[in-house]
Amino acid sequence: MSVLVDKNTRILCHGITGKAGAFHTAQCLQYGSKMVGGVVPGKGGSKSEHGLPVFDNTFDAVKATQAECSMIFVPAAFAADAAMEASAAGIKLIVLITEGIPTLDMVRARKFLDDNGTKLIGPNCPGIITPGQCKIGIMPGYIHKPADGKSKAIGLISRSGTLTYEAVWQCTTRGIAQTTCVGIGGDPVKGLNFIELLEMFQNDPETHGIIFIGEIGGTDEENAARFVKEKIRKPVVGFIAGQTAPPGKRMGHAGAIISGGEGTASGKIAALKEAGVHVSMSPADIGATMAKALGMN
Amino acid sequence: MKIHEYQAREILQNAGVPVPKFKVLSSAAEAPAAYTAVGGGKVVVKAQVHAGGRGKAGYVVLVDSAADAQKNAERMLREPMISKQTGPEGVKVQKILIAPAVDIAREFYLGMVIDRAKRCPVMMVSKEGGVEIEEVAAKNPDAIVKEWLHPHLTLQPYQVRRLVAALGLSGDAGATAGKAIAALAKVFVEKDCSLAEINPLVQTKSGEVLAIDAKFNFDDNAIFRHKDVEAMFDPTEENANELRAKAANLNYIALDGNIGCLVNGAGLAMATMDIIKLHGGMPANFLDVGGSVTKDGAIEAFRIILADSKVKGILVNIFGGIAKCDMIADALIAASRELNFKQPVVVRLEGTNVDKARQILKDAAMPQLIPATDLTDAAKKVCAAV
Repeated sequence: MSVLVDKNTRILCHGITGKAGAFHTAQCLQYGSKMVGGVVPGKGGSKSEHGLPVFDNTFDAVKATQAECSMIFVPAAFAADAAMEASAAGIKLIVLITEGIPTLDMVRARKFLDDNGTKLIGPNCPGIITPGQCKIGIMPGYIHKPADGKSKAIGLISRSGTLTYEAVWQCTTRGIAQTTCVGIGGDPVKGLNFIELLEMFQNDPETHGIIFIGEIGGTDEENAARFVKEKIRKPVVGFIAGQTAPPGKRMGHAGAIISGGEGTASGKIAALKEAGVHVSMSPADIGATMAKALGMN
Repeated sequence: MKIHEYQAREILQNAGVPVPKFKVLSSAAEAPAAYTAVGGGKVVVKAQVHAGGRGKAGYVVLVDSAADAQKNAERMLREPMISKQTGPEGVKVQKILIAPAVDIAREFYLGMVIDRAKRCPVMMVSKEGGVEIEEVAAKNPDAIVKEWLHPHLTLQPYQVRRLVAALGLSGDAGATAGKAIAALAKVFVEKDCSLAEINPLVQTKSGEVLAIDAKFNFDDNAIFRHKDVEAMFDPTEENANELRAKAANLNYIALDGNIGCLVNGAGLAMATMDIIKLHGGMPANFLDVGGSVTKDGAIEAFRIILADSKVKGILVNIFGGIAKCDMIADALIAASRELNFKQPVVVRLEGTNVDKARQILKDAAMPQLIPATDLTDAAKKVCAAV
């Protein structure tokens, strides 16, 4: 089983005629994702280079394709609006890849989406993948190992992009499959967070363990640690990036900043350890730590 | 993006918050006239730099004559300010602020930030002003009173009234404090701030309420829609290499160590710094070349890393997804030919087109190149090489 998306998920790409949107739609199609159309204001009625129908707005697109998921590559200045349009048109899950969206735009859009009951992944994220079934985002597909019911499988939640690929690759090369991997994004205000996804993985019988990759900034990892202690009955492996980051500096991600003594890696690591999470101190040991926690050697 | 204190005072003034008179100068010769213009008597002379620790460094001083004001301004503009936050080379002071000293009876704190957990801006006030709010939060959290904005609204009048009451102010003083609180929230929302702070807001011995010091940080992602904010940017406050990287669409932050890092992705870049430290080394920088980096961008990244004379070795760590390993390998060879650098480069590549990249590096036969099989191997090798 998987969480949130599977081979039947019907997906729209917003910004399908742009460079990134076109490239990644092609990659998703190649992986087997059910891409059903694109949304580009002013280009309705045309076909994308992949032969998919392009619509002026999400309302028309949903009506014609019964899409339930939106993958958004719209530029930062217009991305929050695109997400709200998708939500208003009845889309159930939005994967917002765009980086650099103003924080207050996300404050407003997130509330709008919540009021409509729309789930959001991102922004500033690699997306979500259920290996072997459906890839919605920019992660390289081949590094993943589909859950086949035979080998042990894990779920993965991460604030990072390439560091996630690193962790996935470490699992795949050790024979650990993945049910679903979710990049929740590096922004301070975002959609689904560690806690909601930890709960989904706890409830998924095919997921045997959970890896969660956090980083400096904010208190999401501390909150997640408390949740793990109370509710999660599967092995959890954690890694926190930014142990060497200086305070007051924004480390690439808008959300990765230590301010006023809050958001340090050491504080997060202590909270995780206290909650019984298997903490990997080195980014190179995430896969090995998971293997050990699953009783594989 | 950070701005100077005098710019913050200008924002408050324009928003209708009472601030003491002030003058900004860029030469000491202007000091005597400024001293008189702000009313003479006891006057404070403050260096305008972003770094903290000004008071301890002697760059905030009280004077009581025009001659003293000039003498201090001259010193501050001549000698770089060195504080805990500046590093040993210090920062050059470009501007001085002169304002009357105020007879303070009480000090308050007002500040707005984004509450990440609640996903909306929060206004915080405290009767314990004049000190760092983090200190108050740690020692006496109950002294901080908070009101959260509805995500689609600004601070409502009832919220302002609650905050004013929490400060123990009423009458004219309460009205002025309320105006300051509402104005701060309005600026925060309208200008896309990440921090808006008045610390302290004071009540003088004569009962007047004034904003003495203020700080605004702006959301870098929203600067594109605020030309007035962008105009306040002071490039002299930034690390030259960081500015150069920004122009090339690279995320670079200078650090103190001697191992340069070139990585794709912010999380992996942080993790690479961490693993270097774990194996006994010290990273010289954080550098995320991003997913859509070009060969020219990657070459510029090598130039920027090597512009730091502390760099004794480089670790290249690429997990190719969108960014392709062979392109990075090409960039590395082009950079080594152009810059003719001698420092060892440990290269760890994985992902898209990795075999092609390995062949390219093998064919180039660079003597300073050290291939690594995985992340741990790479960290060990680069730490041993410097």
